[in-house]
Amino acid sequence: MWTILQHSFTASETVEYPEQQPYLAPRYRGRIVLTRDPDGDERCVACNLCAAACPPDCIALQQGVREDGRWYPEFFRINFSRCIMCGMCEEACPTNAIQLTPDFEMCEYNRDSMVYEKEHLLISGTGKYHDYNFYRVSGLAINGKDKGQAQNEAQPIDVKSLLP
Amino acid sequence: MPVIQIDGQEYEVEAGQNVLQAALSLGLDLPYFCWHPAMGSIGACRQCAVVQYLNADDDRGRIVMGCMTPVADGAIFSLEGDKARGFRESIVEALMLNHPHDCPVCAEGGECHLQDMTVMVGHRDRHYRGKKNTHRNQYLGPLINHEMNRCITCYRCTRFYRDYAGGTDLAAMAAHDHIYFGRHEEGVLQSEFAGNLVEVCPTGVFTDKTLVKEYTRKWDLQSAPSVCTGCAVGCNTMPGERYGKLKRVHNRFNAEVNGYFLCDRGRFGAGFVNSDKNLEFPGLRLTDGRFDALDHHAALMRMTTACHSGKVAGIGSPRASVESNYLLRLLVGAKNFAPGFSDAEQPLVELAFSLQQNSPALTPDIQTIESADAVLVLGEDLTNTAPRIALALRQSVRNKAYEMAAELRLQSWQDAAIRNLAQTMRSPLFIATTANTRLDDITEDRVSLSPDNIASLGFAIASLIAGEPVDEIDQALLRRAEVIATALRGAQRPLVLSGTSCGSAVVMQAAAQISQALCKADNRSMLSLVVPEANSLGQAMLTGATAPTLSALSKRAAAKEFDTLIVVENDLYRRGPKEIVDALLANIPNVIVIDSMDNPTLSASSLALPAASFAESEGTLVSMEGRAQRHFPVFVPAHERRSSWVWLLACMKELEIEEVSNLHHFDDVTRACASQIVALSGITGAAPDHHFRNVGVKVPRQTHRYSGRTAMHANISVHEPKQPTDEESPLAFSMEGLNRSQPGSLLPYVWAPGWNSNQSLNKFQSEVGAPLKGGTAGARLLLPTAGSVNRGMHKSNFTSAKLQSGQWIMVPRYRIFGSEELSAKAPAIAELVDSGFVEINNVCAQSLGVIEGDGVELQRADPQVQSDMLKAPVATLQVRINDTLAEGCVGYSAGLSGTEDIIVGEPLALQKAQGWQRPSPQIIGTDGGSNV
Ligand code: SF4
Ligand code: SF4
Ligand code: SF4
Ligand code: SF4
Ligand code: FES
Repeated sequence: MWTILQHSFTASETVEYPEQQPYLAPRYRGRIVLTRDPDGDERCVACNLCAAACPPDCIALQQGVREDGRWYPEFFRINFSRCIMCGMCEEACPTNAIQLTPDFEMCEYNRDSMVYEKEHLLISGTGKYHDYNFYRVSGLAINGKDKGQAQNEAQPIDVKSLLP
Repeated sequence: MPVIQIDGQEYEVEAGQNVLQAALSLGLDLPYFCWHPAMGSIGACRQCAVVQYLNADDDRGRIVMGCMTPVADGAIFSLEGDKARGFRESIVEALMLNHPHDCPVCAEGGECHLQDMTVMVGHRDRHYRGKKNTHRNQYLGPLINHEMNRCITCYRCTRFYRDYAGGTDLAAMAAHDHIYFGRHEEGVLQSEFAGNLVEVCPTGVFTDKTLVKEYTRKWDLQSAPSVCTGCAVGCNTMPGERYGKLKRVHNRFNAEVNGYFLCDRGRFGAGFVNSDKNLEFPGLRLTDGRFDALDHHAALMRMTTACHSGKVAGIGSPRASVESNYLLRLLVGAKNFAPGFSDAEQPLVELAFSLQQNSPALTPDIQTIESADAVLVLGEDLTNTAPRIALALRQSVRNKAYEMAAELRLQSWQDAAIRNLAQTMRSPLFIATTANTRLDDITEDRVSLSPDNIASLGFAIASLIAGEPVDEIDQALLRRAEVIATALRGAQRPLVLSGTSCGSAVVMQAAAQISQALCKADNRSMLSLVVPEANSLGQAMLTGATAPTLSALSKRAAAKEFDTLIVVENDLYRRGPKEIVDALLANIPNVIVIDSMDNPTLSASSLALPAASFAESEGTLVSMEGRAQRHFPVFVPAHERRSSWVWLLACMKELEIEEVSNLHHFDDVTRACASQIVALSGITGAAPDHHFRNVGVKVPRQTHRYSGRTAMHANISVHEPKQPTDEESPLAFSMEGLNRSQPGSLLPYVWAPGWNSNQSLNKFQSEVGAPLKGGTAGARLLLPTAGSVNRGMHKSNFTSAKLQSGQWIMVPRYRIFGSEELSAKAPAIAELVDSGFVEINNVCAQSLGVIEGDGVELQRADPQVQSDMLKAPVATLQVRINDTLAEGCVGYSAGLSGTEDIIVGEPLALQKAQGWQRPSPQIIGTDGGSNV
C-alpha cells in the first residue's frame, strides 16, 4: 500500500506520444539505412555478412562489380515486416554501411510496403560513423586507389628486382 | 598398426602416415596449409607444428612439423601443448603480415581455409608495425581471378599446377619476401586444369572469375550432388545456385573417379544453364514460322494427339539421362528409336561397349588408372576428349618414382624428396595418335600415325605379346611395337587406353586385343575405352547393337512411315550432314523437340517443349567406365521447364500405355528400366531412392546459414512461399535435415564446425584422402568377365582405304573448349573457343601452296561420278600448320563451327580457297591487373 502511495508522487515516465516526441539516443535501433563513405560513394560492398547475421533472414542482396572495381549490391532488400530491429546486421557489417536509426515510425496498412529496396535504404550521408572508408583501409585496388595506397601499404613490389 | 600417444591419449593409427594425416583422420583439429591429401607434404608453411617427446620422461619435447613426421609405434606427441599452440599462432601472424584486410570483397571469404585456420589458432592482433608488401595482379584469362596480396606462400598452387598437372606457365617468381605466384607475363593460363587452383589455393589469390562477377557466398548457395556432363568421364560435382542462377561448380570428392580435381570444361562449362537462349515455355509453330507460347497442359495435349496414330519415331540423346531415353524408347518402340549418335559414331560406341563387356581385362576407374605402371594410348588425345584421365596419366607415370622411394623406404607423402629422387624417371607411357597431344612431355615415345597404322601397330603389339607371328609392317613400326610390348609385358598393372575419337573401329579392336593378349599371358591388364558423351555408354547399353541409325530413320521417314518424331535433348544438326537432317525433319509432319536451350533442331520443330537442364533435373548417367551415377536437381526449374522424363511420362500416361501405369516417381522409371534392360540392371544402385532418410530426415540442399529466406522473394510478394518439396529424391530444398554420414551419392556440400572451406571434406572421409564415410558414389555396371579369354583373335584383317592422290584422311582434332556442345555455350568458355580450322602438316601445306592463316576448301568426290571435276565443297576453313600430323592425315576441329559436315575418317580433297580473308590478329584483353 505504502509503495503504491509512494508511486503517486514520482514523476511520470509516460509521454503523450505522438504530440510529445521522446528523446531517442543515436544508438536507438529503428529503421535501417545504408550509408555512404566520406567521399560520397556507396559504402556497402555486398559482402553478405549482414544477411548471414540476420536472425529472421530478412536481408537479401546480390553482389555486382562496378566498372571502377568496387563491389556493390545490385539489389539490396530488407523485409521490414520481418525485421526485429536487433542490430545484428550493423554489428556484422565490416564497412559501417548498414546502420540502425532512431526512426521507428514506419507503420503501413499494406505489408508489401514494408519491403524496402536499395533506393529506399540508401541515404546520402555517413550516418553515425563519419570517417570510415573501407577501400582506404583494405588492399583491393579500385579506380583512384592503386595497390600500395591503402592503409599501411608499401609501394607494389617490382618482382624482377633481386635487390633486398 | 602403430599406437601413438597424442596429448596423453593413445590412438591406433595407420602405419606409413604422417602425424598430420593421422590427427585429421582421428577427427582432431590440427591447422595446416601446404599439405594436400593428393599432393603430399613439403613442410613449407610450418603451420602444422606439434610437440614430439622423446619418451615418457621427456617433459620439454621439441617442435616438429606434423606433416613431415611419420607416425611410429610408441611415439608421443602433443597438439595442445603451449609450445605448439604458441608456435602455430605466431606462424599465422607471420603469414598474415602482408594480408590486405579485404575479406568482405574476397570471393574466398566464408570458405577460406586461411580464415578457418586463423580462428583455429586464435590469432587476433597484428603486432608488426612495418608496411605491408603489395603486388600487382595479373590477367589470367576469363576463368581465374588473381589477387596476389592475399598469398601466404604455401606453394600449393605451383605444386598443383606444375608438379601435379604438368603446367609450365605458372611459377613462384622473384626473390625473398618479394615472392610472387603468377605467370611470367599476363595472359590466359594454359593448363586445362587451372580451375583447380580455386580449390587448391587455401586463400583468395586464385578465385573463380565467373563467380566473382555475380558473387554469392558459399553459405548462400543451394547445392546438390551432381555429375559433370562435359564428357564421358563422369566427374562428380557440386553445383551451387542462388536466385535461380547456377553460380559455380565445385568438385565433389569421389575416391574412385575424380578425387579432388576437375577439368576446366567441367568447372566452368556449366554456365550454359543460365543461357538467355533457354526455353521457358512450350512453343507451337505457327504457319508463318514463329512460335506461339503454350501452357503446360495444352502442350501435353498436342503431344498426346500427335502420338495417337502410333506411327511415332524417337531420337534419344547420349547427353540425356538413361531414364529419359528409356521412356522415349518405350513410347516409340525399340525399332523406331535411334539413340541419337551420328552414323559414324553409333557402331563405334556400340563396339566400345561390347569390347569392354566381353573383355577379361579390368575396366579401370580413375584411381586404378593412376596406379597403372605402363600405359599405352591408341588414338586418343585424352586432354581434349577425356581431360580428367589425362591428369590421371600424369600421376600414373610417377609410379616409377614411388617404386624407387619404396626401395629407400621413403613414405609416399614425402613429395619433394621423391621428386628429387626420381628426377625424370617415369613409368612408361606410350602414345600413338594422329598428331601431338598435351601429354607428349611425359611419354617415353609418341608417334604420329594414321588411324589404320595405329591399328597395325596395335595388332603387332598384341601378336608380340601373345608370341604369335606378326603381320608384315614397316620395320620402324615393328621396332616400336617390340619396345612397347616388352614394357607392357614387364608391367604389374599394364593399361591400354583407346576410344572412339579417331573414328576407327580397328583401333579399338587392336587395343582390346592387346589387353586380351596381356590377360592371356598373366591375367593382369586393364582396358579403358573413351566414348564421346556423358551418357554415350548408357545409350549403347540401352539399345544394344541393333538400334536404327539416324540415316536409317531418315530413309524410313522418306517412305512416309512416320507421322510424328520426338527428339529428346539432341541437336541433330551436330549429328549428321545438313541434307540428311533437313530431309528427316521435312518428311515427318509432327516434329516434337524436348530440349533446354534453343538450337537449330528445336527451331525446326513443330512443337517445342522446354526441358530442364542437368542442374534442374534428376537423371542417371553411365560414364565410360560403366559407372551409373545420379545427378539431382540443384534448383527448381523456372516457368514450364520440366525434366524430359516428366514430359514423356505424362504423355505416356495420357496415352494410357500399359507399361507406365504403375510408374509415378523418378525411381519407378529407374527401376522399370533396370528390370527391362539387362545391361542396365545395376542403375538402381547409383543412389538411394526417394524413400531414403538420413537418420530419419532428408539431406538439406541449403546450409544452416542460408540467408535471406524472408526477403529474397519479398519483391514479388511479402507472403513467403512454402519451400518447394522434392518428391523425387531424399534431398530437401531447404536447410532442414542432416548433412552428415549419408551415402556419398547424396553429398550436396561440405561443411563442419570450424571448417568452412572445402578442406572440411576431411570430416566426411573415413580417413583423410580415403573414400567418403557413406561410401563411394555410383554403381559399376561393367565387371570383367572372369577368365573368358577369347581365343579367336581376329588379326589385322582389315583393309585400309586407298587414298587417291590429292586426298587426305580427315582426322578429328578435339578441343577441351568448344568440341562439347553445351559447355561451349557457357559465356566464360565461349571466350576461349576458336573458330573452326583445319590442321595440315608441312608436306600438305607445300603441295597446296598455303601458309598458316590461309583458307582451304575441303571437297568430297561425288561417289557416282568418277571424275576429278565433280567435287562437292564440304567446308572452307582456316589453315593451321601442325607438322606433327601423321602422313596422309588432315586434322579438323571437331565440334567447332564450320566442321559439322565433315565425316570422321573420310578422304577429302583439299584446295586453296579463293578470296579468303585472313583473320586479323586477336587482341587479348587485359584489365591491367588492378581490378576485382
Ligand atoms: S554487411 Fe555491410 S557491407 Fe556487407 S552486405 Fe551488409 S551492408 Fe553491405
Ligand atoms: S584470402 Fe581469406 S582471409 Fe584473405 S581476404 Fe580472402 S577470405 Fe579473407
Ligand atoms: S597463391 Fe595460394 S596456393 Fe599459391 S602460394 Fe599463395 S596462398 Fe599458396
Ligand atoms: S573430365 Fe569430363 S567429366 Fe570430368 S570435369 Fe572434365 S569434362 Fe567433366
Ligand atoms: S602443412 Fe605441415 S608444414 Fe605446411
